[in-house]
Amino acid sequence: MSEVLSNNNNSIHDDADNVKPPIASVGIIGWIRHNLFNGPINSIITLAILYILWKVVPPFVNWAFIESMWTSSGAECQQADGACWSVIYANFRFIIFGFFPHDQQWRPLVAMILLVTLLLCSQNRNNWKKSLAYAWIIGLVIMGLLMKGGVLGLPPIESSQWSGLPLTMLLSVFGMVAAYPLGIVLALGRRSTMPAIKSLCVIYIELIRGVPLISLLFMSSVMFPLFLPEGLTINKILRAQIAIILFTAAYVAEVVRGGLQAIPKGQYEAAEAIGLNYYMKMRLIILPQALKVVIPPTVGVLISAFKDTSLVVIIALYDLLKTTQSTISNPKWMGFSAEAYIFIALIYFVCCYAMSSYSRRLERELDK
Amino acid sequence: MSENKEIQQKKADPEDTPIIRILGMHKWYGEFHVLRNIDLNVRRQERIVICGPSGSGKSTLIRCINRLEEHQKGQIIVGDIELTNNLKNIEKIREEVGMVFQHFNLFPHLTILENLSLGPIWVKKVPKAEAVDTAMYYLEKVHIAEQAKKYPGQLSGGQQQRVAIARSLCMKPQVMLFDEPTSALDPEMVKEVLDVMISLATEGMTMIVVTHEMGFAKSVAHRVLFMDYGKIVEENEPDEFFNNPQHERTKLFLSQILH
Ligand SMILES: Nc1ncnc2c1ncn2[C@@H]1O[C@H](COP(=O)(O)OP(=O)(O)OP(=O)(O)O)[C@@H](O)[C@H]1O
Ligand SMILES: [Mg+2]
Repeated sequence: MSEVLSNNNNSIHDDADNVKPPIASVGIIGWIRHNLFNGPINSIITLAILYILWKVVPPFVNWAFIESMWTSSGAECQQADGACWSVIYANFRFIIFGFFPHDQQWRPLVAMILLVTLLLCSQNRNNWKKSLAYAWIIGLVIMGLLMKGGVLGLPPIESSQWSGLPLTMLLSVFGMVAAYPLGIVLALGRRSTMPAIKSLCVIYIELIRGVPLISLLFMSSVMFPLFLPEGLTINKILRAQIAIILFTAAYVAEVVRGGLQAIPKGQYEAAEAIGLNYYMKMRLIILPQALKVVIPPTVGVLISAFKDTSLVVIIALYDLLKTTQSTISNPKWMGFSAEAYIFIALIYFVCCYAMSSYSRRLERELDK
Repeated sequence: MSENKEIQQKKADPEDTPIIRILGMHKWYGEFHVLRNIDLNVRRQERIVICGPSGSGKSTLIRCINRLEEHQKGQIIVGDIELTNNLKNIEKIREEVGMVFQHFNLFPHLTILENLSLGPIWVKKVPKAEAVDTAMYYLEKVHIAEQAKKYPGQLSGGQQQRVAIARSLCMKPQVMLFDEPTSALDPEMVKEVLDVMISLATEGMTMIVVTHEMGFAKSVAHRVLFMDYGKIVEENEPDEFFNNPQHERTKLFLSQILH
């Protein structure tokens, strides 16, 4: 009934509705014309790219898939022309779990699965309830126990043996999760009207941004222990973790500050005019808008923080990159670094891609 | 002169102590003297229109009343609370004083309903269901209840400004401040907003309105104030003010805006 009515209402459009677009502008041919060969310059670029692809792709496929070895020994690999994926096959557990005792490696595996599951559950904003917070707390305790052991008959494992992918995930997930709120606090502090707080935040941010992460890591592992009283030691992983958090937070702070500046003054005033105090104003009005504006650069900062965790190799922590490097410095597997690096590059890529596609989804969801 | 006497007579009446008292108030922006020796009493249920040329300090004056701007000298007393740096007092006064801005300043990330219920829930600690009821009541009042689930960006300017008025009303303020509420609107939307303001006036809301809508001033205001160079140059009942302005500057201003 209502359809009939609306059809009647739209009767003016009838003629224009039935006109089809010209053939040459739709379909595959239309698309190719439109996107690849519209004008002489684009045509030349398209041809050049096709030529390069022709030169590069077939040999790569040949190397990686056709003439490649998958499960052979190192010696057999030396004879072959193609890629030696066997280097990963043979050393898989060392690359992933490093020095974690062989028969206990199910523990970091379970911990990582737990962590990824929790992260996946947290993706959906509908799940952001109290129960999720409890799940995280319980999950973190279980992960800690699995890694450390010493209870329920699990043999204790020294944290110096934590390595490989679990270590990378530990450093990056907690680095990001802690740096984000700290960065927000620093950004708010930097815009505070209280001079003491403001200058403290400015000094902190500028100091940290003025030094490379490597030097912070060095300080945390070499200089920092010198200041600690005799007998007191802080775990090396924890020190690196703190350095990563402090470093990332300074960058997050600057990104968030940009977001705060993008919010019009009228929003602050309207929030104040209905009597919201500073905390409510920021929490309910300003930050939700500001953080949304800066989702893309924030994710950029977090992704580079994730990749920068690989710098902990310089203080002799065996993260994923370092376990890979030690694998290929083994004489048996000498010369297959490309394969090994491609493998961990894939791992890094999957994680970074997941982050950036999540951020795009979040942006879409928040965009009303 | 006679006006002053009248105010003093009213002041003697205990029922009728002014809700806003501004005494010898000055404000500077750095070196720039924006407000010079402002004295103003606003009685309960009184409706005041402030007009004056651009840059004369009208916005600054009403923004001082809810402390969006800080004054440096003199006193501002709202109800029985004096505005000082005491944050608690400032928050109390902001609960009592509603403000409507030229550019609406709705919260774009919240629905209309959330825009309205946020203040009562967080500031007045009203239970959520009750806050939603209040919000719907005021949305009905500004004739826009059917838009409750939308976001501000989906409404027209006039609708947004009516929502902004309803948002202030949800806090049940004693006084409403309006800073050129219709001047960012397309002409055909001005009336719907003025109508809402007029109905507020008939219900006895105390209102201070900065506006150039002289029709509104004539029909609604008890008093019209003319400001220039940060001073209240002239104040009078609307009839007297428009038909028999005393100062040269008022005459000039009126001749410019009435034609
Ligand atoms: N934050 C500020 N810093 C410095 N000067 C300011 C500031 N805000 C306003 N002023 C100045 O104070 C004077 C009064 O401004 P105000 O906004 O109160 O004028 P107004 O009467 O509301 O004018 P309009 O009709 O254009 O809104 C203007 O000269 C303006 O330039
Ligand atoms: Mg103004």
